[in-house]
Parts: sequence; C-alpha cells; structure tokens
Amino acid sequence: MAEFKHKDIIALRDLTAGEIELLLATAENMREINSRAIKKVPTLRGKTIINLFYEASTRTRTSFEIAGKRLSADTVNISPSTSSSTKGETLADTALNLLAMKPDIIVMRHAVSGSHYFLSKKLPNCSIINAGDGAHEHPSQGLLDMLTIKDRFGRLDGLKVAIVGDITHSRVARSNIQGLTKMGSRVFLAGPPTMMPPGVDRLGNVTVCADMKEAISDADVVMMLRIQQERQGKTLMPNTREYSRYFGLNPDNLKLAKPDAMVMHPGPINRGVEMSSYVVDGAQSHILKQVENGVAVRMAMLYHVCGGELE
Amino acid sequence: MAENTTVLLDESGIKRALTRISHEILERNKGVRDVVLIGIRSGGAYLAEEIGKCMEIIEGVRVPVGAVDITLYRDDIKSHAAHLPVGKTDISFSLEAKQVVLVDDVLFTGRTIRAAMDALMDHGRPSSIQLAVLIDRGHRELPIRADFVGRNVPTSLKENVALCFDEKNLPVEVVLEK
Repeated sequence: MAEFKHKDIIALRDLTAGEIELLLATAENMREINSRAIKKVPTLRGKTIINLFYEASTRTRTSFEIAGKRLSADTVNISPSTSSSTKGETLADTALNLLAMKPDIIVMRHAVSGSHYFLSKKLPNCSIINAGDGAHEHPSQGLLDMLTIKDRFGRLDGLKVAIVGDITHSRVARSNIQGLTKMGSRVFLAGPPTMMPPGVDRLGNVTVCADMKEAISDADVVMMLRIQQERQGKTLMPNTREYSRYFGLNPDNLKLAKPDAMVMHPGPINRGVEMSSYVVDGAQSHILKQVENGVAVRMAMLYHVCGGELE
Repeated sequence: MAENTTVLLDESGIKRALTRISHEILERNKGVRDVVLIGIRSGGAYLAEEIGKCMEIIEGVRVPVGAVDITLYRDDIKSHAAHLPVGKTDISFSLEAKQVVLVDDVLFTGRTIRAAMDALMDHGRPSSIQLAVLIDRGHRELPIRADFVGRNVPTSLKENVALCFDEKNLPVEVVLEK
C-alpha cells in the first residue's frame, strides 16, 4: 500500500489514487473507535490543531473538532467574528501570530481559492488541511463522499456518478471530480449553462450533459449540489422554482437512475429547490451516512498528515 | 532455505505448542467460562483463531475470538517517517468482567503488549488479562511477562524471529534469522 508523505492536504488533485485509497482504508478502520463506549485513542496526544474558519460552517468544523479530540489532540477553534480579521489583520499576519502558539496542524476554511497554498508556504513546519477554499476544493468532503459510495458498492471503479447543480461555484464538485476520476468512476455533470465552468470536461473521465435526465439515466450515484445563494452574487437563474423544475431531483426523475442508486448531498439542503423532501428522506438517501463518515475521514486525514515529513 | 536462518518450530511443532497452550488456558481458568481470546494483528490474530479451534476440540465450546490493532496506541509513532496504515480492531463482544487472553506471536520488548492492553482497557474493564505467546525471545523493556509460552528462545538483539503463515493464514514455521 502507498505511503502518505505529504505535509498538507489541500486538494485531491495533489494526491495519487494510491494515497486516496490509503486515506479511505484508514478511515474505514477508524470507524470502530466511533462506535465504542470510550471514543478516544492516544495517537495525537500533545499535538495542537487550530480550526481557522473564515466562512460559516457547522458540519465541517464540528466534524474536524471531534476528529481531533478522538485522536487526543488539543483543538482550538477560531472564527472570524471572534478573531482579528474583522479588525483588518491580513492572513499572513494571522498565520505568523498563530505560529507563535506552535500548532501542528491548521485546518482552514477561506473564501479565497488557493489561500491554503499561500499559508503552507508561510508555515513550513505546520500541516495545513483544507476545509474548503472558495470555489477550488473541499477534499474532506470529496473523501467522505467516496467512502460513503465505497461502503454501498464496495468499489469506486466503473461506477456512473452524476453530479447535478451549480458546478462553477462548487468546491465539493471539484474535489469529487478529482477524486472519483482518479479512482476510476465515470462522472457526468449537469446544470444550467450559467453554472457550468468551461473546460470542465478536460478534468479526466468527465461528461457534460445539457439535460439532467441524460446525466442521471442509469447512474449508480446521484450527487446533488446546494444552490449557493451567498456565492452567486448576481442571479444565474430566473428563480428557484424554475431551477427546481429543470435541475431538481424528485421521485419521478430519480426513477431514471439505477433502481438501487444512492442519492447524496453535501448539505445544508435547500429542500424543494435542488431536492424534494421525498427524496431527501427517502430510502435511497445516504445523506446522514455522509455526515457519519465525515468524522472517520477527518481522523484519517489528521493522522496521516501528522506522520508526514515534519521535523 | 538460506544459510543464516534456523527453523525453531515446524508446522507440527507449532500445533503441539498451541495445543498445550490451549490446555493450560483451560486449566488456569477452570474451563471456558467468561474466557475470550483477543489476537494482536496480524500474527497474533491468526494464532488466536487457531487456539480457539483447539479449545473447541478439547472442551466442545467455541469461545469468542477478537482481534486488536495497536497502531494508534504505539509509543514509537514519531520515529516513523510516514504513519503506518491502520488495521481493523474487531471486537464484537463486551470485555466487561471477562477473562481476556491476549495472544501474540513473538514477545520481545513488551511494548506491543503495553499498547494492546491500553487498547483493551478502552473497550471495557475485563476481570483479568492473561498473555499467551508462541515465542518469548527475551529483551524486555517493560515489566511484562507471558502466562502461556510456546517456546522460550534466547536471542541476540541482532537476530530476528519470524512466524510464517501460508495463504490461508495458518502458521507454517517459526524461523530465527541471523
């Protein structure tokens, strides 16, 4: 099995298929800890993890915090409303100040794509984990989605995965495209032309469909994306009702997918917009399993970056 | 066979040792009541299965067998350039008030056993933990001793003791590599 020697996990684009497989295998075995009465192992005792979230998050931040605590690391959360960034401090200055606290890992979410590469250069002795950067990548979400799919089908190779929604603004879509194509899945994208980035079909085994029906027909996995009202600025669609009619998942068009197809969503869900409540709460929905796998995947990420080429 | 290896135990030797250990475990615990076997991954887990089978032949009862992976409890985790892959801990029964027999292939510094005991304690509070090993090669660095030993082998620190398994994970032989 591959060895993991990266200091940071910023994008699934930077990882090989073997490294992704190792992270998923570790996550699978970490799950046992989460089902015990004493949900803690001493592995990262004495390590300090700073969760630095410049954007709102409940799921991801809590999940990283629990993951760190279950590995016995000390975790500290810093969010913009309580930090100096509201007073005008730059990311570089914040980073250098945090460094004085000698963290081993910084988990950051930031609105600017690629800001983690900048932070990583500034902090050569600290591991950086990306918890979402702008419209670039969200590697922990990509990994937990792949783990959830692997749980269901036992493999990723050869599966047809449809990703539907606002591809342009979605870092979840980018991480999934990078990860899934490396692991041998066939990815089909659908969304309004205003939300489809040009050249996305050059990312590997990716097919862009004009019609959502084409993407989800015979699919093993249907992954719906959230309409990100906060990121869009200008309206890219006439209204949510029209969007829902052409690109929303409902019990009728779900019938086009394979009968045992799984439905996923990175959350939070806009019920009635990208997905009808019947589908969200239906038997094919794996949305809560995704959340459950989040902790194990993040434990695996923290564990492997800590063993990198530090010191 | 290379010149610098010696066979310490062959297949039938291993079988006899495991049969004796099984008898000793039953004798010490006066039967199979509350006895569970936990093997340390990977070698010990396979041996625990074998001891479980022996005990079933002797006593006619199948005792619960589990496996523990100690990677996350190691004390030398910093000395590895990359973190080791994590194996699966598989204990599908409660350890509360059980007589746990921990099984490993080779007892050496005792650090693996320390890690395994810490892992077991996180799963519950057994009434006792006993240790069964196929080979005790000495050189302890912690105050740990085995309750059931297949064979004591004096070794130098430069030597290596290895238990080989076949493709069905059945023990084949124990060799001393110089």
